[in-house]
Amino acid sequence: MAKIGVFICHCGENISATVDCAKVAEVVGKYDGVAISLDYKYMCSDPGQNLIKKAIVEKGLTGVVVASCSPRMHEPTFRKACAEAGLNPYMCEMANLREHCSWVHEKGEATTQKAIDLVRTIVEKVKHNQSLDAIKVPVTKTALVIGGGIAGIQASLDIANSGHKVILIEKDPSIGGHMSQLSETFPTLDCSQCILTPRMVEVAQHPNITLYTYAELESIDGFIGNFKVKIRKKAKSIDEKICTGCGLCTTKCPNKKNPSEFNEGLGNRTAIYVPFPQAVPNKPVIDKALCTYYTKGKCKICEKFCPAHAIRFDQEDEIIEVPVGAIVLATGFAVKKTDFFPEYGYGRHPDIITGLQFERLASASGPTLGEIRRPSDGKIPETIVFVACAGSRDEAKGIPYCSKICCMYTAKHAMLYQHKVHGGKSYVFYMDIRAGGKMYDEFVRRAIEEDGVNYIRGRVSRVYEKNGKLIVKGADTLLGAMPVEIEADMVVLATAGVANEGAEELAQKLHVSYDPYHFFAEAHPKLKPVETNTAGIFLAGACQAPRDIPESVAMASGAAAKVAGLFSQDELTREPLIAVVNRQAPPVFSSCVGCFLCMSACPYHAIEKEEIKNRQGEVLKTVAKVNPGLCQGCGTCVAFCRTKSIDIQGYTHEEVYSEVMALLND
Amino acid sequence: MAEFEPKIVAFVCNWCTYAGADLTGTSRIKYASNVRIVRFPCTGRIDYMLLLKAFDEGADGIIVSGCHPNDCHYTSGNFHARRRWMAFRSLCDFIGIDTRRIKFSWVSAAEGAKWADIVNTTVASVRELGPYDEYKKVAKKPVKEESHG
Repeated sequence: MAKIGVFICHCGENISATVDCAKVAEVVGKYDGVAISLDYKYMCSDPGQNLIKKAIVEKGLTGVVVASCSPRMHEPTFRKACAEAGLNPYMCEMANLREHCSWVHEKGEATTQKAIDLVRTIVEKVKHNQSLDAIKVPVTKTALVIGGGIAGIQASLDIANSGHKVILIEKDPSIGGHMSQLSETFPTLDCSQCILTPRMVEVAQHPNITLYTYAELESIDGFIGNFKVKIRKKAKSIDEKICTGCGLCTTKCPNKKNPSEFNEGLGNRTAIYVPFPQAVPNKPVIDKALCTYYTKGKCKICEKFCPAHAIRFDQEDEIIEVPVGAIVLATGFAVKKTDFFPEYGYGRHPDIITGLQFERLASASGPTLGEIRRPSDGKIPETIVFVACAGSRDEAKGIPYCSKICCMYTAKHAMLYQHKVHGGKSYVFYMDIRAGGKMYDEFVRRAIEEDGVNYIRGRVSRVYEKNGKLIVKGADTLLGAMPVEIEADMVVLATAGVANEGAEELAQKLHVSYDPYHFFAEAHPKLKPVETNTAGIFLAGACQAPRDIPESVAMASGAAAKVAGLFSQDELTREPLIAVVNRQAPPVFSSCVGCFLCMSACPYHAIEKEEIKNRQGEVLKTVAKVNPGLCQGCGTCVAFCRTKSIDIQGYTHEEVYSEVMALLND
Repeated sequence: MAEFEPKIVAFVCNWCTYAGADLTGTSRIKYASNVRIVRFPCTGRIDYMLLLKAFDEGADGIIVSGCHPNDCHYTSGNFHARRRWMAFRSLCDFIGIDTRRIKFSWVSAAEGAKWADIVNTTVASVRELGPYDEYKKVAKKPVKEESHG
């Protein structure tokens, strides 16, 4: 027999001004199963809570209903009070008399009647409530960081420095990402490599970090605290343990004319290569798609010359499986190439380049050793045009969003050009200047005012070649859309930042949501910017949206803090308000018939197939099973279930039906 | 004769509409007291048999409300609810349940005034339709005679 205690709160006068609390207590006190019913001025105060605790102990209550404010406000308070008095906290429920009754209705009979109805329904619900225990899952205190750009590096270092193990995987032969390609960085114009390479070395030498370059995520299984990931270590065709990194192989390789990815195609590399001199690890890999031995079956010159005998042509991809507790996605972004813009030269003219290519030209480690020279003939351009928003904020190109970093790097490019080419003329076509950030607007003003960059507000309609010059046609909208025509030697397009090519596939592998542009989706746009909808998977950097370096670093540290918080516990404790599939005695085992509609409905992939076997190991029945680590308790599966076999704890069929049945019957 | 006071049951999600109704309270916006709210984790949890049960128990009108599309706390529960409502509505039309008595809507946690408005308009429109006597006549457990209001 249920013994329910009902505690009506006046909330000062907030409730009692329009609801006759004493009458509610009196009427409800007569209901079946109600052992005690009383009203008090402030239930949430210490004396109020003590009233509840005392009643639980003295009357041996099996359930408690607190009729006061919204459960979104004080449910944790009263559940905690009940737990302190020895009652299971999930046997305590609240009726919302303040927000849903006294504050929104006039004083009168009808309002008091509504309060009685509300309390009655919750009393009926509590009669059917079950004691629940918090869910505990163990935590593997190793993090996997995917992507070795600045975001991945920062996240790895932060997690490793908090005392936890990190596995960092990078698909390219070296870590460093896009930041390693940059010349100088805005708004301080400090050298990108000078600030980045010490971090790269730190990653390689950190005792808590295991670095796998030339490696990709193969598959993932499990849930928060307990992921099992398979990593594919692509064959580098060298024995890393023996290789000394002397680099002799790269000078001897006869296959030299391959466009270098690091130099954005503006320089060449060999088939066996180290992407750039400061690479970490500084050991070569053989590009199987280009190597003469792999493609034609003959060569092996590198093997002949290698003084350490480290070349391994028979090496194959290796798959390793590791348990991890959390994952940080830091896979970064890509930039659109010039062939995306038929109106701007369609990738036909070598002197129309992307912003990232300009970075390589301006970089001291680049193909021109930092001199701004035209890719076509090596001449120094006397007139240069920068086109901002090339693709970005352009619905027709399918990229309606702002790529965010281009305004700043375009100002930087123009500034660097003015610093390097004295007497040169530079023009920037822009839509708006978006320089929100510390010292950002000042930086752009400096480019315009001190370095004499000509900013023209308007878009470029066409770029074409005429008499050895690139004619840039546009409009100046500040002069009433006056047509502008500039004869340039070189054109730099600030092409849109887009999601990486494999982003969609990776997101599907990890069950992480993504937006229409294939950037990974955060769990909440404001309050959960580094979390994803999959518990235990976090985001850092430009894989979530275009981001500059400080933002990527901040986000990476944020994600690392989340991981460190997760790893600070030995077991994860979660609210038990999750779905469960019923279990019955043999030979039925469960009313679940194994249709698995729930599986397709679950947004968290929390439903698994469970085989019920007899002692001989024969499968008798396959039924659904909820993974308590993944389930978030939305209950979508419950409404889908044809046989009502799955139920959500805290909102079971019995509980909600008894609520509805008590609502209108008095 | 006193004006007919319809009985309205509201099935709402915890994260948007319940919080929105809380905001109506904290904003002290008055609305008709005919509505009784039942809280669910998500509109995706709402089994539409519950709506029939509510009619069975004597409800004259029903409100189902959750997060706006794309705002679901659980990503997609409201889309499932909406899809299910489309199917359920056709079924209701087929078996003769008056779908004018069911209001399906989105109320976010910031739309306190919208919640008050939805309750008031639903109460007014159901009041115009009158008590749901057709259903009550065939209900398993006929609701006892009472003066409405």
